[in-house]
Amino acid sequence: MGAYNWNWPILLKEPYFGWIVSGFGNTCLIAVIAWAIAFPLGSAVGLARTTELPWLRLIGTAYVELFRNIPLLAQMFVWYYVVPELLPNDWSQWVKRDMPYPQFYTAVLCLGLYTASRVAEQVRSGIEAIPRGQRHAGLAMGLTPGQVYRYILLPVGYRTIIPPLTSDFLGVFKNSSLALTIGVLELTSQARQIEEYTFAAFEAFATATVLYCMVTGLVILIMRQVERRTRIAGTIALGAS
Amino acid sequence: MIEVKNVSKWYSSFRVLDNCSLAIAKGEVVVICGPSGSGKSTLIKCINGLEPFTQGSIAVDGISVGDRSTNLPKLRARIGMVFQNFELFPHMTARQNIMLAQQKVLNRDNAAADRKAQELLDRIGLADHAGKYPAQLSGGQQQRVAIARALAMDPIAMLFDEPTSALDPEMITEVLDVMVRLALDGMTMAVVTHEMGFARKVAHRVVFMDQGTIVEDAPKEEFFGTPRSERAQQFLSKILQH
Ligand SMILES: Nc1ncnc2c1ncn2[C@@H]1O[C@H](COP(=O)(O)OP(=O)(O)OP(=O)(O)O)[C@@H](O)[C@H]1O
Ligand SMILES: [Mg+2]
Repeated sequence: MGAYNWNWPILLKEPYFGWIVSGFGNTCLIAVIAWAIAFPLGSAVGLARTTELPWLRLIGTAYVELFRNIPLLAQMFVWYYVVPELLPNDWSQWVKRDMPYPQFYTAVLCLGLYTASRVAEQVRSGIEAIPRGQRHAGLAMGLTPGQVYRYILLPVGYRTIIPPLTSDFLGVFKNSSLALTIGVLELTSQARQIEEYTFAAFEAFATATVLYCMVTGLVILIMRQVERRTRIAGTIALGAS
Repeated sequence: MIEVKNVSKWYSSFRVLDNCSLAIAKGEVVVICGPSGSGKSTLIKCINGLEPFTQGSIAVDGISVGDRSTNLPKLRARIGMVFQNFELFPHMTARQNIMLAQQKVLNRDNAAADRKAQELLDRIGLADHAGKYPAQLSGGQQQRVAIARALAMDPIAMLFDEPTSALDPEMITEVLDVMVRLALDGMTMAVVTHEMGFARKVAHRVVFMDQGTIVEDAPKEEFFGTPRSERAQQFLSKILQH
């Protein structure tokens, strides 16, 4: 291996600096919007599986099995190449011709729906870990099933799943790099593009790696605080690490 | 007040309750005992509709529990229930545990609910522990808070499912004391327990269950004097040895 020609300053030059910034921005944006879909949707699906209603449970189970068991990359291609063809005609036209930033929104939707299946499993396990007697105690004092969820099961259940939810959020952040396969210019793809233009491969990917690590570290720090703040007095945190 | 008529319940082919009938009048204290798995918890949970039953009828204060049109939450709000494992809500302080249903079910305002909580905590001797979370209380203290939580709803009757069987011996008395006082105050109570001292002191009647049937339902004196069935005799001699 010959001597590597280091060239860090090139990353500060335009257009490369701008590429990194916009790539990083896109990565964060994809992750945040996908999470904004995944968290409420996944919560609803997970809760559906803890109710007493068979048909709701069935819908929840079907959703989770479908989205969790198909490889994410395959889902990305299906959403981008296959789904538009299956839509009714006017919709299909709109998606193919008029929808702004089709790759971006497709990636966001795909990641959001996939991550929702993971969130759903966390929420379900969080609720199911609560002893059955708690539900009975709530019902016995006259709370409706909805109130039992709202005041007892959800506050207790979500507290216990803060650590796994944190890793699911980081998962969406990392998985956002798969968006490059359908042409979204997120962080990884911009690093690759810089490498193609400047041959500064090491510099470009090292920068991307550092940026990924910084966000990961920041999120972990914030979530530790959240966990500490919400810890119930007298109990030991389950996910302390 | 509580009227259980010919109630049966199956889990698929397994019969948990077999034609059970039981009537508890206002102000009456009925102790229910029997070997493990005999259906005591199931029966008591049928009374407030926590467990559905297959056959028969149950009425509380004239309202049919099994009826589809019955507003179960509303009915349950009038029946207090205390569980073997306390079941305090872990993310709420003792005071908040006692206030929750007062506010969300009875729509009492904050001040009224708080006053009631404080008054009950005083009564059970835990006024200083109002701000503590369940995990910071002993088992006996938790169970007393759970009783206070049920009483905060001003129930017309109280159901207890083995309220002391998860407690260390030294804590049993403090919980039984609260229950005895409640009984002497005239509360209508159905108590699943093997604490025969409690039964002797305050029960009006003792019910003995075995394999899903009510084998014996007799006034206290009669039950402890001359239990009619052989199974009840065996059971009594076994638990009184301890
Ligand atoms: N969900 C269920 N499915 C099937 N069988 C059940 C279920 N719940 C309870 N049983 C059975 O019903 C019977 C009665 O249970 P129950 O809890 O009422 O008994 P118990 O008298 O309260 O016993 P213990 O003293 O142990 O609390 C037991 O044999 C139990 O195994
Ligand atoms: Mg039981």
